[in-house]
Amino acid sequence: MEENKRLVKVPTMAEMAANGEEPEVLFWVGCAGSFDDRYKRVTRAFVQILEHVGVKYAVLGTEESCTGDPAKRAGNEFLFQMQALTNIEVLNAYNVKKIVTACPHCFNTIKNEYPDLGGNYEVIHHSTFLQQLINEGKVAVKGGEAFKGKRITFHDSCYLGRANDIYEAPRDVLAALDADLVEMKRSRANGLCCGAGGAQMFKEPEPGKKDINIERTEEALATLGTGNGVIATACPFCMVMMNDGVKNKEQEESVKVFDIAELIAQAEGLSK
Amino acid sequence: MIQLENIIFLIVAALGIGLFVWQIRKIRKNILIGRDVDRSDNPSERINKTLLVAFGQQKMFKRMLPAVLHLFVYVGFLVINIEVLEIMIDGIFGTHRVLGFMGPFYDGLMAVNEILAALVIVACAIFLWRRNVTKVPRLATGVEMRAWPKMDANVILITEIVLMFALFAFNIADLKLAALNNHTLPGTFPVSSSFVDIFGSDAGTLANIAGVGWWIHIIGILAFMNYLPSSKHFHIIMAFPNVYFSKLWPKGKFTTNPAITHEIKAMLDPSYQPPAPEMDAEGNPIVQRFGVKDVEDLTWKQLMDSYTCTECGRCTSVCPANITGKLLSPRKIVMDTRDRLEEKGEHPAIFAPNHYKEMGVERVQTTDEKALLRGYITPEELWACTTCNACVESCPVNIDQLSTIMDLRRYLVLEESAAPASLNAMFTNIENNGAPWAFPASDRFNWAEDLYMPSKN
Repeated sequence: MEENKRLVKVPTMAEMAANGEEPEVLFWVGCAGSFDDRYKRVTRAFVQILEHVGVKYAVLGTEESCTGDPAKRAGNEFLFQMQALTNIEVLNAYNVKKIVTACPHCFNTIKNEYPDLGGNYEVIHHSTFLQQLINEGKVAVKGGEAFKGKRITFHDSCYLGRANDIYEAPRDVLAALDADLVEMKRSRANGLCCGAGGAQMFKEPEPGKKDINIERTEEALATLGTGNGVIATACPFCMVMMNDGVKNKEQEESVKVFDIAELIAQAEGLSK
Repeated sequence: MIQLENIIFLIVAALGIGLFVWQIRKIRKNILIGRDVDRSDNPSERINKTLLVAFGQQKMFKRMLPAVLHLFVYVGFLVINIEVLEIMIDGIFGTHRVLGFMGPFYDGLMAVNEILAALVIVACAIFLWRRNVTKVPRLATGVEMRAWPKMDANVILITEIVLMFALFAFNIADLKLAALNNHTLPGTFPVSSSFVDIFGSDAGTLANIAGVGWWIHIIGILAFMNYLPSSKHFHIIMAFPNVYFSKLWPKGKFTTNPAITHEIKAMLDPSYQPPAPEMDAEGNPIVQRFGVKDVEDLTWKQLMDSYTCTECGRCTSVCPANITGKLLSPRKIVMDTRDRLEEKGEHPAIFAPNHYKEMGVERVQTTDEKALLRGYITPEELWACTTCNACVESCPVNIDQLSTIMDLRRYLVLEESAAPASLNAMFTNIENNGAPWAFPASDRFNWAEDLYMPSKN
């Protein structure tokens, strides 16, 4: 089957600038998307979608650096601003206008907190971007029937949902699949955090009775019921937390955690 | 017609209102201890928000039963105030039901008033039941729900019931007196007319009951007004300005400190000229703390939040940290802020600050430090927050609990370098590798290697 595949060469801003070109959109990969083994698969799935629809995109590659979100939420405003000002310098040097990212934390930081520091861009989260591609018919989701009868529940990311009022875009994307969408009791504005926000991702939880991701996973598992199901996420931290929760509950055989981009790439026949 | 009674009333009313104004000035002074912040932008959007969230009770309706019951009490409070206005005028000028000239409108008003007063009694009784019998967890539990907040809530509910009964006593006796004297009382009284005979037919007794009912109602209201500044019930006033001044931008946007921006810009570019620092009255530069250690480091809006809190516990009941047994309770953060502010600044009439240490609450490891941080709020609470904004979303009066938590965290990190070790490691990784994990920056693009996809043909 080798002949049916092609190698993707992901374009960088540096190469484009060298050729005097500008992309339509910069794909901000984020640290998890670059380094976390599980989330790298999401990054690759999203690139496959970008390639598939023929959007002129580029990434910063090794010129990208942490947005500063974890530092800011942990209280280190100094380190946050160091990162932000450095990133803004790079983005402005490339004359970046539009940014898409699969990470709600990067999305929130660049969209809401960079403008005060001189970074003004149109920033969209990949859930909104995918929703637009589906609405425009650029992604037909022909393989959606493969999901027929499969139960999917969407876990809201705090930094997408409450922080930025994006609740419907990821659900619209999932609705394009022929799946059985079920809502957890705590969803949308009432969604329960996965436990990773506010730099909790990088520390042990404070003393308590239970870990937050276990509380949330139990809710997701109860919603999905018995049989195979999918917990859909749209955030790298949520993905780690829900995956850990499912493993803790020993349900990893029947319940899978996928990012919405992976589900669309699967349905579109771009990845297995 | 002005008699001794009217003069006494005038004196009582003037004293009551004067005392209230004096207390409001103290609270105003307390709030203005805070740092300045500009919330004068977008007045039309702010008015809209105030109409929806404060007047319209929009966020209460996330929970139907308490929302409907609260609506009875809220609308009752607004409408019954029109009768209170009449009571005031009658009291000063010795008139009787002076607004009666409005005819059918007055009939309607009195009828609505009576129905609302009955509903207020029902609602307050159910609220008492929920607090003391079924003990709804968010109302009955939490280290911050000490003796005073619990008593405060009961005092308010019982007072409201007593006030409504006084109003009915006045109306019933007034109605019966009018019947005995063969004249028609202006107004329609659907509740009182059903009980018109309960006080008998003795004109003297009835006049006394009407008088006592009237006085209890009016003195009750004046006393209640002066109780408000010591109570969570102060929200009936503060909810409106607090919603008006609440933040309009996305909840995910945290504040940016421009002083830090200047410092970094000067560091990156030696030719950068930061603006001259603000000077105090003696011409010394004002050095601001980074983050918040004590109440004066908070903004006036954050201090206003603490005076608006109704201690309903919606924030704590949706907090993921609290749900999973961590010490953090957003309501405690807000209540502690008010207690510390009143300890440091002006006190209201009734003031019993909570020192968790003295009360023997072992779980909260406060120190003797005279500051909000550690004296009231411990680092353990602050480090439990996931910044998920559930508390902010849930608050019916738009309190921003998260901003206070974040500012306290900033003090721990920026002024004391007191972050947990694992977070310090994360900071080091970002500084060295541009990522929160210990991966070399040169590997950042490795994800793109060997990426294949189906070819189009």
